[in-house]
Amino acid sequence: MSLLQLVRHSPIGSLSNFRNVNFHKSFSKRLHVSSYNKASNDPNFENVNSSTTSKEKTVDFGFQTVLASEKAEKVHQVFENVASKYDLMNDVMSVGIHRIWKDYFVKKMFPLPPGTSIIDVAGGTGDIAFRMLQSIERQDKQFDVSGTQKNSSILISDINQAMLDVGKERASKMNLQSDMLSWLCADAQQLPLVDNSFDLYTIAFGIRNVTEISKALDEAYRVLRPGGRFLCLEFSHVKNPLLKQVYDTYSFQIIPPLGEVFAGDWKSYQYLVESIRKFHTQDRFKEMIEEAGFRSVKYENLSFGVVTIHSGYKI
Amino acid sequence: MLMKSLITRHNRVAVAFIERQYTTTTQIPYILRWMKSETTKKSEPLYDGHIPINLLQRAVLSVGSSIVALTDPARGDMVAVNGESSGHSALKKMHRKMLESEEGRQILMERPKINSSTIDIEKLKSYPDGTLGREYTKFLEVNNVSPDTRLPVRFVDDADLAYVMQRYRETHDLVHTLLGCPTNMLGEVAVKWVEALQTELPMCIGGAVFGPIRLKPKNRSTYLSKYLPWAIGVGSRSSFLMNVFYERRWEQDIAELRDELKIETPPGV
Repeated sequence: MSLLQLVRHSPIGSLSNFRNVNFHKSFSKRLHVSSYNKASNDPNFENVNSSTTSKEKTVDFGFQTVLASEKAEKVHQVFENVASKYDLMNDVMSVGIHRIWKDYFVKKMFPLPPGTSIIDVAGGTGDIAFRMLQSIERQDKQFDVSGTQKNSSILISDINQAMLDVGKERASKMNLQSDMLSWLCADAQQLPLVDNSFDLYTIAFGIRNVTEISKALDEAYRVLRPGGRFLCLEFSHVKNPLLKQVYDTYSFQIIPPLGEVFAGDWKSYQYLVESIRKFHTQDRFKEMIEEAGFRSVKYENLSFGVVTIHSGYKI
Repeated sequence: MLMKSLITRHNRVAVAFIERQYTTTTQIPYILRWMKSETTKKSEPLYDGHIPINLLQRAVLSVGSSIVALTDPARGDMVAVNGESSGHSALKKMHRKMLESEEGRQILMERPKINSSTIDIEKLKSYPDGTLGREYTKFLEVNNVSPDTRLPVRFVDDADLAYVMQRYRETHDLVHTLLGCPTNMLGEVAVKWVEALQTELPMCIGGAVFGPIRLKPKNRSTYLSKYLPWAIGVGSRSSFLMNVFYERRWEQDIAELRDELKIETPPGV
């Protein structure tokens, strides 16, 4: 013990001091002593812009600033409004490209070992979950193993019941085998689930709507089994300046009017494009995932950074 | 001599052509800047519920809403959005016509609204038959409509014109009553013709021209022989219906009001 301290405080040790801080944090996470190093998760450290007079934290709702307690309600309202036309609008806004992104995202998880338990958070209308289901069935046929199909399970969770209802309707319309699927209405920041219960945690286009992203990442870390994988598909920042200009013009000038025309709701789609701009950059989000304790965190840009896949392991 | 004049004329044309190319080329940066500002500029909201839009968004809205309004009859809000996004010059004309009349000026000053909290429908029901108030409540009952179903104006970039648009929307049912047209397809198209000729709103013109496409075959002959000529006649000859201060005329006899406004008796009535 004293030898370790001697090394750490020596000139040699102090060189690697910076890395040691993060190592210590993730080391404590691995011991599952999650309350130990809470400095970065301390609410008072989170927003520099919070007012000095009131203790209420403020967060971003698109380009507006609202109280943290209000954001959840407002986001809930947005998705309540768009739920019925959600899939149509996705097709219109991304000209169908979102299907390619989701197909690629699901391909990254496979091949899956038999008996995988998966949780798809913010999985509302079921796009990712249905693709995973179909891929599991295809994998079984390919390898002629009945193990994967029998024991695997996919839990679709979403904070908004309206989105889950749309998902259930879609599942019945597509005649999908539903004993692998289960549905749960829950907040990603507080999942009513046991620790270490899932092998794979996926969240697609949902994490930017969460009020406190670090809480959702902590929950992801908690419910994953050691060795489990965290996969996140999310809109991100385009670096190329010319493409960025085209992307910005398209997002702000064309998407809200199309939202009004197809879904009768301008403001919800204004919120959606603003929330994309307010979300963290690829590197910053990667840091946040590492702070939650995940290791081997990587990201991959799709469509020049319009969409990014972040992946991390709990090891 | 002829050759010389031809050459000189040709030179002059060539020089003029080159000059025009030169001026256009030097103007390109300004043109591009104007295009960029038109498509990206934003202003502050001018009234409750106002969403300021620029030229590009306006174009997307008017084209998109007209397509959806034609193909999906359930989307009444698309008709409203179409009216707001494409109606700027027509609204200005309507505003000017209202300012030119005494009654119109009073409407613009007092800015009355028509919904179930501003008009006492029960009281209007008690008026004698044949008065505007009673006929209006009969119309609401028979056709099962309510004055509360009108959407607020959002995309008009001027507070006064937004009120004119709102007034147009709210008095639509009263125009139905005056013209004696029910809310079936025939009646709606007839009212749209009258409104198109009076207000010149592109949404009304589009509705009047493309609405009959949805008519059932058996209605098409009545439409062409009776309703269309009548509607066009009323639209061109009657006085401007937006200048009628309906809230002060509930007790007036409807036949007398029709005479005053030069509305001919409807064919069905």
